[in-house]
Amino acid sequence: MIEFRSIEKLFPDGTRAVDDFSLVIPSHKTTVFVGSSGCGKTTLLRMINRMVDATGGELLIDDENVASIEPVRLRRRIGYVMQNSGLLPHRTVIDNITTVPRLTGVPTKDARARALELMDTVGLDRAMAERYPAQLSGGQQQRVGVARGLAIDPNILLMDEPFGAVDPIVRAELQQELLRLQRELGKTVVFVTHDIDEAFLLGDQVVILEKGARIAQKGTPEEILANPASDFVASFIGADRGKRALSIRDVDGERVVVDGDGNLAGRLTEPGAA
Amino acid sequence: MNLFADAFAWILNPGNWEGRNSIPQFIGEHLWYTVLAMILASAIAIPLGWYIGHTGRGRDIAVAATGAARALPSFGLLFLFVMIGGVANRDSSVMIVLALLAIPPILAGAYAGFEAIDRRVIDAARSMGMTERQIVARVEIPLGLPLLWGGLRNAVLQVVATVVLVGFVRNATLGYPIVQGIQINRFDQMLGASVLIIVLALLLDAIFALLERYATPAGVRAGRNRDHRTSSTRRRAAGGATPASTEKEMSV
Ligand SMILES: Nc1ncnc2c1ncn2[C@@H]1O[C@H](COP(=O)(O)OP(=O)(O)OP(=O)(O)O)[C@@H](O)[C@H]1O
Ligand SMILES: [Mg+2]
Repeated sequence: MIEFRSIEKLFPDGTRAVDDFSLVIPSHKTTVFVGSSGCGKTTLLRMINRMVDATGGELLIDDENVASIEPVRLRRRIGYVMQNSGLLPHRTVIDNITTVPRLTGVPTKDARARALELMDTVGLDRAMAERYPAQLSGGQQQRVGVARGLAIDPNILLMDEPFGAVDPIVRAELQQELLRLQRELGKTVVFVTHDIDEAFLLGDQVVILEKGARIAQKGTPEEILANPASDFVASFIGADRGKRALSIRDVDGERVVVDGDGNLAGRLTEPGAA
Repeated sequence: MNLFADAFAWILNPGNWEGRNSIPQFIGEHLWYTVLAMILASAIAIPLGWYIGHTGRGRDIAVAATGAARALPSFGLLFLFVMIGGVANRDSSVMIVLALLAIPPILAGAYAGFEAIDRRVIDAARSMGMTERQIVARVEIPLGLPLLWGGLRNAVLQVVATVVLVGFVRNATLGYPIVQGIQINRFDQMLGASVLIIVLALLLDAIFALLERYATPAGVRAGRNRDHRTSSTRRRAAGGATPASTEKEMSV
C-alpha cells in the first residue's frame, strides 16, 4: 500500500506542482493517474521512488515513510518504466534488463537466465537479447523497458506514459499485454497517462487530476462513468459526446444503441441474454 | 622545387640518422615531450571535465577559461615561463606551457561528452537505483568517450606543433634543427624538420581518429546507421581547435 498524506511539492522556481494531495494506492491493483499536461502526474509518480522529494506531507510505502529510506536502496526495489524506455544505448537488450539485478549483486548467470524468462513474459523474441536498443522498434523498446522494470521482481511498478510514443495499434497490443501480465503478477502498478481510454482500460482505480494535482474524482472506471463528479470530469471523460454518449433508439421494435456522433454502437439486450 | 629536393636529401641522408643530434633522436624527443604533456594535461583536464559534465558546476567558468586559453600565444607564454622559472627549470616551464595548451580541448571534450548524453538516459539510470558514481562510470564515461577522444585528438595536434618551441630553449626535439637552421642559414634542414613534424602530426591524427571511432560504443554506432540525425555538429563544437591551427604554429 502506498499512501500520500497531504503531499505538497513546491519547486525551487516557485511552481506549486502538487498542492495538498492525499490518496491511498491499494496493493496488487493498478492505479492510474490521468489528467492533462502539466497537472503534476509525473511529479506525483516520482515522489514514490524519491526522484522528487515532497516539500510537505508524508508518503508511506507499507507504513514506512519514504523520507527515511535511502533513495538508491528505495529505487532498487521499485520498477520504473518511462515513455522513451530510457534504455542505455550502449548496452544490449539483455544487459539493459540485467542492469539492476547486477547492481544488487545477483550473479550474472542467474540474472541473464531470469532476463530471458522476462523477455518471454513481455513478449520479446529471445533472439533479440544481443541487439542494441537502436536496433529495435519503439514497441520492442517499450517491452524491454517493462522487462527491465520487472527484473528485480519489485512489488511496485511505476509507469510514466510508457505507451505514449508508439502507434495506436502497438499501443493497444501493449495495453493488452500489460493487462495479462498484471493478472499473472498482481503488482502494485501506478500508471500515468493523459489518455482517458487507456486509464479506463487499465485502471482498477482511476484518479482524475486537475492542475496542481488536485483530485477531480477518483474511483473505478464504472463509478466515474456512471457519476461524473463535476462538469470538468464529465467533459474530460467525454461523457457528453462521442462513443461514451450512448442512447437507445427504437428501430422496428428492436432497441439499438447509437453513440454521440449518431453512429450505430450495438444492440441492446437484457443482462444474461445472448 | 630545389628547396624541397634539398629538404628530402637532408631527411634521407644516412648521416643524419645516427649518433648524437640525429633525426631518430629528435623524433623520439619530440614524441617524449608530446606524450608527457598529454599525460599531464589529461590528468588534470579529464577528471575536471567529467566533474563539470556530471554536476554542471563550474561550467560557465570552464567555457570562459578554455576560450581565453585558446587565445594564448604559445611562444610568448613559453618565454614568460622560462624567464620566471629560470633557465635551470626550463624543462618544467616547457611542460607547463604545453599542458596549458592541451588542457582546453581535452576539458571541452570531457564535459561536452557528458553533456551530449540524452538527459532521459541518465534520469532512467538514476531512477533504476544507480549511485552517482555508477552513473558516471557505467553511463556517462562510456557514452562520453567519443567526444573525449575528439578533444584529445585536437590537443595532441596542438602539442605536437608547439613542441617545436622547445628547440629555442634546448638542443632537442624537431624544433632544434629548425632553430639551428635559422642561425646557420640551412634551409634544407629547416624544411626537412618541418616536413617530419607534419608527417608526425598526420600520423598522430590518424591514430587518434581511429581511437575516436573505436571508442564509440557499439550500440551508439548501431543507432547511427539507422538514424542519420546524430550529432555531428556537437562533435565539431566540442573540439574547437582544428588542424588548421597546427600550420599556424608550425610557421613560428
Ligand atoms: N524540475 C522542475 N522545476 C520546476 N517546475 C517543474 C519541474 N518539474 C515539473 N515542474 C512543473 O510542475 C508541474 C507538473 O509537472 P509534471 O511533469 O508533474 O506534469 P505532468 O502531469 O506529468 O505533465 P505531462 O503530461 O506533460 O507529462 C508543471 O507545471 C511543470 O512545469
Ligand atoms: Mg509527465
